[in-house]
Amino acid sequence: MIELQHLSKRYGSGKKSPPVVALQDLTLSVPQGSLYGLLGPNGAGKTTALRILCTLLAPDSGTVTVGGLDALLNPRGVRRLLGYVAQEVAIDKILTGRELLQLQGDLYHLPRAQRDGRIGDLIELLGMAEWIDRRCGTYSGGMRRRLDLAAGLLHNPSVLVLDEPTVGLDIESRAAIWQVLRQLRDQGTTVLLSSHYLEEVDALADQLAIIENGTVIAAGSPTALKAALGGDRVTLRVREFSSEEEARRVQGLLQGCAGVRQVVINQSQGFSLNLVIEHDNVVEQLRRQLAEADLPVFALSQSRPSLDDVYLQATGRTLMDAELAVAGSRDAKAERQQNMR
Amino acid sequence: MTSATPSLVPPQVPGQAESSALAEISQETIALTRRLFVQLQRRPSTLIAGVLQPLIWLVLFGALFANAPAELLPGGISYGRFLGAGVIVFTAFSGALNAGLPVMFDREFGFLNRLLVAPLRSRSSIVLASVLYITSLSLVQSLAIMGTAALLGYGWPGGNGLLLVLITLLLLVFAVTALSLGLAFALPGHIELIAVIFVANLPLLFASTALAPLSFMPTWLGWLAALNPLTFAIEPIRAAYAGDFALGNVVLEAPYGDLTAATCLAILAILASGLFLLIRPMLDRKLS
Repeated sequence: MIELQHLSKRYGSGKKSPPVVALQDLTLSVPQGSLYGLLGPNGAGKTTALRILCTLLAPDSGTVTVGGLDALLNPRGVRRLLGYVAQEVAIDKILTGRELLQLQGDLYHLPRAQRDGRIGDLIELLGMAEWIDRRCGTYSGGMRRRLDLAAGLLHNPSVLVLDEPTVGLDIESRAAIWQVLRQLRDQGTTVLLSSHYLEEVDALADQLAIIENGTVIAAGSPTALKAALGGDRVTLRVREFSSEEEARRVQGLLQGCAGVRQVVINQSQGFSLNLVIEHDNVVEQLRRQLAEADLPVFALSQSRPSLDDVYLQATGRTLMDAELAVAGSRDAKAERQQNMR
Repeated sequence: MTSATPSLVPPQVPGQAESSALAEISQETIALTRRLFVQLQRRPSTLIAGVLQPLIWLVLFGALFANAPAELLPGGISYGRFLGAGVIVFTAFSGALNAGLPVMFDREFGFLNRLLVAPLRSRSSIVLASVLYITSLSLVQSLAIMGTAALLGYGWPGGNGLLLVLITLLLLVFAVTALSLGLAFALPGHIELIAVIFVANLPLLFASTALAPLSFMPTWLGWLAALNPLTFAIEPIRAAYAGDFALGNVVLEAPYGDLTAATCLAILAILASGLFLLIRPMLDRKLS
């Protein structure tokens, strides 16, 4: 449904300071009807990619097609197909929510009856009835986000693009938006969202791409990406606080087991043992072997590899470390200027 | 799902032909213009200030020179009557100079991006809406000042005179709106735009025939005033207020030659179209 091919984009002329490379050879393919997540730390290029997709920005090179239409040659056709929910919610504080939706409907040339009917439906579906006739300036972050979502959905787009849709939202609003996005996907809309929340992408996306430094470094379904990392993670303790000697003994025992990889002693957690197993049957085998060696099992926990593990594997650092690395290095003024026409 | 429950994704309505370009352009232009008027209605301070300021000029400045000897002014009219035309033009001018502000705020707050993501039939609708809004607003403000001036006894242009006043104001407003919209897209932010508006306002008023006739001015200022577009609007209006006028009558004795009302209007028309042509490439660049 969406094809971004070899996109590159730089900001700045390079006269005053070196140009900022926002995207370099970014290629991405979003299947029709999927809920697709773009995961990456702030500043990775997610917003730039979405702005190019939504025809707000021209790439330095590369191609963009949506539903078979070339966004650079036929931007208006692409705009008809797309609903865009931007990161910075731009609403007119003086208008009421309903007036904003009416304006939006007119900009998409909906006939009046259809426009008003659709607005009524969206008010009901997104639970906005109580406050839709109040001025937007009085809305909370969650209300604004819902209104913006309604505006993006008003013309019934085939593709909904959302840039960090739940940043700064309370849990309730976030859950409401997640539910809407899942419902949309189930009804056939292609949904593309960017996020720097691992759990959001993990919970929502059928497919995801990890973006770092303006390029895609890993893509696939969350399950496939995690599976590619190998087996489950197991944490094992034979007693609450083992001695190092005992831990080493267990380590030696476990390393000999079939289907067990990488047995690591975690000194900071009372000499517990962290291991990677290849399949579920290995756990039973472990228990048996420990029982035979007369070692009790005080605690055993098993977990699937998380997206954080995927991120770590792909980039060599955790997403949180990546966030911390860019924090403070971004120039808010320059970014505002970039977003201005 | 029952048919009564609305769906996030409604079924496609078949056979919905694309409406004509003109219908689409009017729909988007009307919607954008309506937004500006709703803003005005709920935040009328611009409208009020836009009438109040010239009104204060009219009353205070008029009083300041109320005792000026009548023979000093052309046609021996009172200073109040002389000032009227200047203040009317000043009202329209300063109203139109603000045309760029809403556009600038939309650029800064990202609302313009919302408009640009939409499949507008023509992005000129955005400019057209601003022109329609500011033109009506400036004309309403000018008419309010004209009404007040009439109540103060400064006269009222009858019939054809009123028509001439409105056409003159319209041309001036178009020209100044083009300038202001151009600035709104060229300058980096609203602080800069307000600074330009602030700086442009009074000098243009002083260096025109709004407050004093050309014959009062030193030669250099006389030249400036005779080249100032405000003067080309003020003099035909002053003639209209004086009663006996015809488009062919000389309304301005400039140092470089005599100008008729028709010439003044032609200059304003050329200025307005020239400015729109001048800012067009920039608007195309910013809006594409």
